[in-house]
Amino acid sequence: MESIITWYARWIREGKLPVTSDWNAELRLKFTVQDPCQLVRKSLGDSIANDLRFVVKKLVGEENFVDMHPNKSNNYCCGGGGGALQAGFPEQRRAYGLRKRNQILATGAHYCIAPCHNCHSQIHDLAEYYGKKWHTIHLWTLICLSLGILGENERAYLGDELAALGL
Amino acid sequence: MCLTCGLCSSGCPASGLEGMDPRKFVRMAALGMGETLLQTPWVWMCTMCKRCQHVCPMHIDIPALVYEARQHWPREKRPRGIVASCDASLKTETSSAMGVSPTDFEFVVRDMLDEVRTTQKGFENIVAPLNKKGAMFFLNQNSREPVTEPDEMVPLWKILNYVGADWTYGTLGWAAENYCMFAADDEAWERIVRTKVQAVEDLGAKIWLNTE
Ligand code: SF4
Ligand code: SF4
Repeated sequence: MESIITWYARWIREGKLPVTSDWNAELRLKFTVQDPCQLVRKSLGDSIANDLRFVVKKLVGEENFVDMHPNKSNNYCCGGGGGALQAGFPEQRRAYGLRKRNQILATGAHYCIAPCHNCHSQIHDLAEYYGKKWHTIHLWTLICLSLGILGENERAYLGDELAALGL
Repeated sequence: MCLTCGLCSSGCPASGLEGMDPRKFVRMAALGMGETLLQTPWVWMCTMCKRCQHVCPMHIDIPALVYEARQHWPREKRPRGIVASCDASLKTETSSAMGVSPTDFEFVVRDMLDEVRTTQKGFENIVAPLNKKGAMFFLNQNSREPVTEPDEMVPLWKILNYVGADWTYGTLGWAAENYCMFAADDEAWERIVRTKVQAVEDLGAKIWLNTE
């Protein structure tokens, strides 16, 4: 099994996926990224975390990427793993997620990219629960936004400043 | 064995929930206090994320202990949401924890594809192949996409079309999730993995591509 993130990185390097961060040159929106435990620490390690950063930096601009600390293989779990989203302990799940919330807030990012559906659900829920301080998005949204091919109905997780960009 | 250094606990977001933390868990196991460990619902709050093991100087596999404790819970006492998701995935050849059948999945993909082709300029010829033989990539997909947000599958298709990738979905075994692993049901966990691998092999795909 391989991760599509490895392939995104490869396609960008080969010029098949000519993404740019031009759309963000003036907006200067800040982005951080969640390293999914399942993908990084528990399977492919720092190499996939590095591919992920390569892709994200190309998409948003190097200066607009802010890493969480700690990160990569040392990152904290979002709190949605291990079945927690279905375990029936929402209060404890959100208490667990406090650490992720603090980590995200410390980056000052407007957007947190969550390239795993479990992480996305949990981090999105944390944002809703703890005062809507950031947006939580899928990686594919950003790639299509950068390529100028993101459709109208594919923007559910974008904030106001990006809701109509490139339409 | 454990040096009681506490590195695991200080880096564990589940520390303190239910009065438990990973160091305490390991210590109690070492002291033969297994009965208490088999009772605490904390084992369902630890996400088995392996960060404790990653920072432990002795590399103690605490999540494996947690997994074992989960296994000791009678199935009917384990969190209903997790067990129900596992059971749902065992009932359909798609392995979907939300119980999506092969025909449901096919319907959603075709329906969404039709919509994109007819409403989005420049995407009149976009493809989302189902059960194509010998493709380079067999794509998996989290069940939440076809069930709760089918529009979110489209950006992925657009990227794959953009680069000219040779890919396919399988109507069988496409679901990315595996709640049987979280339910600590070894046999079911293995069955789910085998179903998925079989689906990839039956279509002769070269790479099983994880989309999350
Ligand atoms: S990090 Fe390892 S050695 Fe240190 S207290 Fe935890 S289990 Fe024991
Ligand atoms: S595996 Fe469990 S105990 Fe270890 S750091 Fe993660 S949540 Fe904490």
